[in-house]
Amino acid sequence: MTAFIERRPFWSFIILVAAALLVWAIFAPWPSGLTGLIGKKKVFLSALFNGVTLGALYFLVASGFTLIFGLMKNVNLAHGSLYMLGGYIGYEVADFTGWWILSFIAAFVVVGALGIILQYVVFRRMEGEDLKQTLVTIGISIVLADLMLWVWGGDFYQILAPDWLSGPITLPLVTAVKSSGQVVFLKYPIVRIVILIASIAIGILMWLALNKTRIGMLIRAGVDDREILSATGVRIQRVFMLVFAFGAGLAGVAGVVGGTFQSIAPGEDTRFLLASLVVVIVGGMGSIPGAALGAVVIGMAEQFGSVYFPTYSVVLTFLIMVLVLAFRPQGLIASGR
Amino acid sequence: MKRLLMTTVAAGAVFAATAAFADSIKIGFMATLEGTYTVLGEDGQRGFEIAMREAGRKAGGKDIEVIVGATDASPESALRAVRKLVEQDKVDIIVGPLSGSEGIALRDYAKTQPQVTIVNGISGAQETTFVDPAPNFFRFNMDGAQWGAGLGEHVFNTKGWKTVAAVAEDYSFGYTNFLGFALGYCNAGGKITERLWVPLGTKDFASIIASLPDDVDALYLGLGGGDAVNFLNQYQQAGGDAALIGGTIMVDGTVLSSKGNAKKALIGTPSSGPQADTWDNAKWQGFIKSYQDAFPPEKRFPSPSLLATGYYNAANAALTCLNETGGDLSDGHKKFRGCLANLELDAPNGKITLDGNRQAIGSNFVFEVFEQDDGNLGTKMVTKIDNVNQTLGLDEAKFRELGLPSRDIVQCN
Repeated sequence: MTAFIERRPFWSFIILVAAALLVWAIFAPWPSGLTGLIGKKKVFLSALFNGVTLGALYFLVASGFTLIFGLMKNVNLAHGSLYMLGGYIGYEVADFTGWWILSFIAAFVVVGALGIILQYVVFRRMEGEDLKQTLVTIGISIVLADLMLWVWGGDFYQILAPDWLSGPITLPLVTAVKSSGQVVFLKYPIVRIVILIASIAIGILMWLALNKTRIGMLIRAGVDDREILSATGVRIQRVFMLVFAFGAGLAGVAGVVGGTFQSIAPGEDTRFLLASLVVVIVGGMGSIPGAALGAVVIGMAEQFGSVYFPTYSVVLTFLIMVLVLAFRPQGLIASGR
Repeated sequence: MKRLLMTTVAAGAVFAATAAFADSIKIGFMATLEGTYTVLGEDGQRGFEIAMREAGRKAGGKDIEVIVGATDASPESALRAVRKLVEQDKVDIIVGPLSGSEGIALRDYAKTQPQVTIVNGISGAQETTFVDPAPNFFRFNMDGAQWGAGLGEHVFNTKGWKTVAAVAEDYSFGYTNFLGFALGYCNAGGKITERLWVPLGTKDFASIIASLPDDVDALYLGLGGGDAVNFLNQYQQAGGDAALIGGTIMVDGTVLSSKGNAKKALIGTPSSGPQADTWDNAKWQGFIKSYQDAFPPEKRFPSPSLLATGYYNAANAALTCLNETGGDLSDGHKKFRGCLANLELDAPNGKITLDGNRQAIGSNFVFEVFEQDDGNLGTKMVTKIDNVNQTLGLDEAKFRELGLPSRDIVQCN
């Protein structure tokens, strides 16, 4: 931290000022001049929080994607289909048992198992053959999409969250002070807060698992140099399978999350594949912190774009990607090498 | 050598003869059977199929041969499909397309293929028949603006909602459908204080919901499909409780039959469109029945969507005129087109005639969403407005003065 400040005094100052401004914008009631300039504080705060929660969803999808890429150099273009399958399975389980929590476990297990099958039956046979993998994963995603259309049809599925998660909660953040002196607090959907907390927890657990456990050490070693790792006697195929299962399972869990606060329908697979590609390109291929940063950046861009310049919000995401590719092609946080 | 020549000539003659006295008529069916609108296209196909079954796949004493062209709602895919149908399969008549911008693409294509007659499926862009229409393009469904007719007056006069904010999709159908509502609402004296145009395919509305004004009587929602379901879901999660007004595709079968609780937010919501489930007209109820009998429950909506009705009407118009002309298209479709232009189609959703641009004049329904006994949502008719024409009752010059539908057409803030 201090080293960074000494090395880059100017940028540290800018970052500090920006952070201070943000904190002020979140906690202080806005003067009327600012409201006139960029609209109500409620809108700004909501966009900020929604950007973070949407980022949390993107992180869940993209972290599995980037983990698989980092270790196996395998661009799995069927990742979006795994997301969608997770959503459908989550719906069926939640609808049948009435247990929302159970749908996460079911989606993780089923989609993770599918990941193992994919890795064992398909990808193991084409290690290091990029073009083949790309074409085969596109093929798999088309087949999966059609199979899901066959089973679940084209309807829109929304996973029912339990009652205690529906409706809004009042946050201790002041959005406005009425002329009568009455203070207005921000109201925010509970379900999004829960999803945000859960995503952060998953992120931290993943970081701990990667950095503090033996299996994490193996994975990191594999990312750096898998030939040497397998030469030391590690059964690298098992590590691959484990990572693939975990990455796929995360996509399945993300499907349940997405199905809860958005909806599941044909076409969502490509949408989330595209989102995770953009997130991973912005954040840096193969890096978990990169995926987190990229996800938040893209989520923010979408939400702020949707309220402040709706016509161009779609372009904004890709503009960020283009800028990153132009000036920092390895991504905002590049992986080890 | 001579013999071979003779055979060739004979074979050629036979071939020419079959072409001239063909006893079958080829109809190309086009709908969105791929991509996001697949479900809609499939329901359109159901409507078409019912008409074909009722006619016994014959018209004017000739067999009908149907060739299907799948599109994905993009104008390029529509052009690809129609080129294949017209230039390769040599169809005589096209029934389709489904989506607005496909219709505009087909209008332009129709001008290059005068030997073909196109009967529009259900595409609802105003421009298709209002700006530079094609002489061989007929549309027996009303456009998006006509589908909004009557809703504004109902909301202002009966519901007493004096101010409205609108959230709608930022593309031609969104503008057109909103125009129909806004024209009536503004003329009745209502105020539209804010319009939020969101890109088609928006899935996370949380921030837009937060920026909606609190001080309006109701919200107009001009969203469709997954966007509509997501909006309703997130609106409930945010604790929204304003009264809602639905655009035509906000309350169609795809949204009303979605899985989950989001759609429940629509109960009691007024909306408008070319049909209403509970209309107690024998022909309409009969059509619902034949739709329900024709397909098993898991392969259809609880009741026909406006897409099924639209394609049913289009196919029936074509079949009726083929019967009238004895299936004779040899005069360059002259008699056939004359029949279409003057046809009074006795459709299940009211009588339909065409104006000088070959655009439908028909009945529009204002209805409210209600929960049926079996838990499904349906549409309960409130009023029916007859003879809704493309200029919504204004004279044409005045209507053109408003401008083509866009974000800011018909202001009343």
